[in-house]
Amino acid sequence: MLKTLEPSPEVVEKETHYREMGLSDEEYQLIKDILGRRPNFTETGIFSVMWSEHCSYKTSKPLLSRFPTDGPQVIQGPGEGAGIVDIGDGQAVAFKIESHNHPSAVEPYQGAATGVGGIIRDIFSMGARPIASLNSLRFGPLTTGRVKYLFEEVVHGIAGYGNCVGVPTVGGEIQFDPCYEGNPLVNAMSVGLIDQKDIQKGIAKGEGNTVLYVGSKTGRDGIHGATFASEDLSEDSESKRSNVQVGDPFMEKLLIEACLEAIHSDALVGMQDMGAAGLTSSASEMASKAGMGMEMNLDLIPQREENMTAYEMMLSESQERMLLVVEKGREQEIVDIFKKYSLDAVNVGHVTSDNQFRLLHNGEVVCDIPVDNLAEDAPVYHKPSKVPDYYKTFQAMPNYEPVVQDTNEMLSRLLQQPTIASKEYVYDQYDSMVQANTVFAPGSDAAVIRIRDYDKSIAITTDCNSRYIYLDPEVGGKIAVAEACRNIVATGAKPLALTDGLNFGNPDKPEVFWQMEKSVDGMSQASLALDAPVISGNVSLYNESNQQAIYPTPVVGMVGLHRSTEDITPSTFRQTGDVIIQIGDTKPEFGGSELQFLLEGDYFGKAPSIDLEVEKRRQAQLLESIQSGLVQSAHDLSEGGLAVGLAESLFTEGQLGAYVQLEGDPTSLLFSESQSRFVVSVKPDDVEAFLEKNEDARVIGRVTNDAMLTVELNQERAIDQSVKELEKQWKGAIPCLVNSKG
Amino acid sequence: MRFAVVVFPGSNCDRDMYHAAKDALGEEATLVWYQEESLAGYDAILIPGGFSYGDYLRCGAMASTSPIVRSLREEAENGTPILGVCNGFQILLEAGLLPGALLRNKQLKFLCHYETLIVQNNQTQFTSLYEENEAIQIPIAHGEGNYYCDDETLQQLKRNNQIVFTYQNNPNGSVSDIAGIINEQGNVLGMMPHPERATESILGSEDGLKLFKSMLVNWRDQYAKNA
Repeated sequence: MLKTLEPSPEVVEKETHYREMGLSDEEYQLIKDILGRRPNFTETGIFSVMWSEHCSYKTSKPLLSRFPTDGPQVIQGPGEGAGIVDIGDGQAVAFKIESHNHPSAVEPYQGAATGVGGIIRDIFSMGARPIASLNSLRFGPLTTGRVKYLFEEVVHGIAGYGNCVGVPTVGGEIQFDPCYEGNPLVNAMSVGLIDQKDIQKGIAKGEGNTVLYVGSKTGRDGIHGATFASEDLSEDSESKRSNVQVGDPFMEKLLIEACLEAIHSDALVGMQDMGAAGLTSSASEMASKAGMGMEMNLDLIPQREENMTAYEMMLSESQERMLLVVEKGREQEIVDIFKKYSLDAVNVGHVTSDNQFRLLHNGEVVCDIPVDNLAEDAPVYHKPSKVPDYYKTFQAMPNYEPVVQDTNEMLSRLLQQPTIASKEYVYDQYDSMVQANTVFAPGSDAAVIRIRDYDKSIAITTDCNSRYIYLDPEVGGKIAVAEACRNIVATGAKPLALTDGLNFGNPDKPEVFWQMEKSVDGMSQASLALDAPVISGNVSLYNESNQQAIYPTPVVGMVGLHRSTEDITPSTFRQTGDVIIQIGDTKPEFGGSELQFLLEGDYFGKAPSIDLEVEKRRQAQLLESIQSGLVQSAHDLSEGGLAVGLAESLFTEGQLGAYVQLEGDPTSLLFSESQSRFVVSVKPDDVEAFLEKNEDARVIGRVTNDAMLTVELNQERAIDQSVKELEKQWKGAIPCLVNSKG
Repeated sequence: MRFAVVVFPGSNCDRDMYHAAKDALGEEATLVWYQEESLAGYDAILIPGGFSYGDYLRCGAMASTSPIVRSLREEAENGTPILGVCNGFQILLEAGLLPGALLRNKQLKFLCHYETLIVQNNQTQFTSLYEENEAIQIPIAHGEGNYYCDDETLQQLKRNNQIVFTYQNNPNGSVSDIAGIINEQGNVLGMMPHPERATESILGSEDGLKLFKSMLVNWRDQYAKNA
């Protein structure tokens, strides 16, 4: 029989094999000190994945502790598979966002598909039924064959997995910028609904209780995926294609149903999915969280391939697998549930009281590690931080104030910028309606899902304008959170909490670490001011290719609650005669704007300013007006400014138009990206009451029935365009780019 | 009226179908697991959409050989109304209860959005409450909904008035814009669009509810006749 020869503990040390696994010399020494001996090959591998950035957050931990995580609405904060918030009536919503950037860069279909599958497992492992998926994607410009391939295949992967598994993909955002060309970002968010009494935790309580392995068999795919995710992308990355896992959404669908049936059995003690670092992380974390140990016999692990070593089994990231802890003697009750769905459920070990993580293979002990050291005691690094030169330069620049001559033409061009253009080409490929609860599908400010049998619904969004964060991480971090809240409020919901998907470059570079620090500070301030605590999240570092870091991209995934479905407010105008109102004032702010990129081909200068007190007041007053029934439609103003916001409010394939009158600097009024602004429509009879409630609001025009967008600026026609024509340009831009040769 | 909703491994519109019958229509509905042997005793059978067996081999192919399909065939012969939607339609085709086949959409992409359907035949027990040629809004969500049959079959479908729904703007390349067909006997309807997703105004359309209401009205009439 062929047997893979593994280096002995002595050789692992002498030939520094641990370095290939991602451990530093100091970390290896620390492991030796913990064990009082040299770790063997398997143990070294196990430490290396658990102590990778992906699993241990060893670099980001000091920053993550700055986030506000509490609030009366929070049931479960960071630390479990997902965060959970109260939505009343004994119900709760579990949600989390997770990155799958590196796998998607080398194998976009499977990378994106398994990203979706992994985050859905985090949700149902808490006992929640997944009810919505969202995706936050970043690509380079859609001009090269490689980027088009990545874009198309990532979308296919999300569709292929998400559609089959029966969870609607209801929203997200996509931005295109050159910094993502070699390192695209794929962040997947999942949201689940749960009765509070059914909340499960991933813990291995009770000495002697049985450890059950359920789901797919273990193969050699995804070995060292967590380590792969914790280093820069390079020419060699292509050789890591075999590190990318392969997904089976059909298996996942069966797992969802079986696990959600199992949570109703009191024989179940704990449940966790095998995500990053597979069996190693799920088993050791469950034991460590319970203050217990665990022993497993690897001979019993269902295996897809022959002659797998302990190292391979423990580091495999084969998909669609879960680890359950079940009351001793009642295993059959749980096994029967899985049998109904033709799923493996195998007794592979038991909970011990000696706090050791012990593994047996072929009759030998192949791993014997103190579990807390493994799961909790990864070294924490306080990296040096340095203000980048570019930031100093940008701050010292005079304010960038462009002048646009042909405002009609500029509006058309902006609507065709891929980041602004309609993403219908993408979301048409996602089943956004399965489960029959989708009120607002993708394309709205935030997606809206009604809660069946109750008069309430939730709003969900992901947001992150990384251009502002690049220009000024602290201000940009505030804007990311504030914009997510704005999108939630515009639909008539109150923000509850957020999940953060932090994507950055190499933290060993002090300038990158500074970006991380500052954006976390900015996000924390906004999260506190707007009462949207951080309840879960994920960190993805080393997003660099050819030495170029991505823009700092801390994606905000947010959930809000409508008191009643009557509060649900669309982002588009509804009827002729309604009065158009702008909330918030416009300043000449173009740093990081779409207009700047169009005119200059780059982003520079200062990010738009934001005052969190003003933001809070405007959001509160608008929400109260919506709840009082005064608002017909509400849309937040973001990329492209008021002109784009007005056009988007008209894209309903109908006959509506808008007539708007403004006085002041035309370029700013139309295209500035000043923050904390909304455009709303109100019935004529409600205008007075609305203006009374919203101190920063003023009437700018009315909804017409001529299907024209007309803007008079200082008594001159600045915009005069057919809505149908604009909508055609807006919808056609992305298909046109994708289908063009090149 | 008692509805059975057949659940295969990988069905994912089973609950939507259940809620359409139970909540939107207000009748009895039961989820029936594919390993059960019999569908006898139900007044109508609903085969929901999804990805039975992960669409492996061919959409609906594996589900069509499961034990419960034997009983489904018997019920079809007995005249029990049977509605198959999306993957349910694919299963009915694979089981030979309806003619033709479904190919991949012409653009080789999954498509999900509202489509305008034209009710071509309102003389069925599934469509009697619609007007003839009524335009209705029903969502589609499929990657393989491109209906195909040979010319002879198509002529037969036309002759017998078996084409029940067509697309106003053919989204997927289906022959003769076909969105849904019925068997000659008039009790087995298969369609790609999802009427169960269009049964409440909050979801964007109530146009699908009339289909379920038609089933109820006709069942009542039948029941009254037999009483």
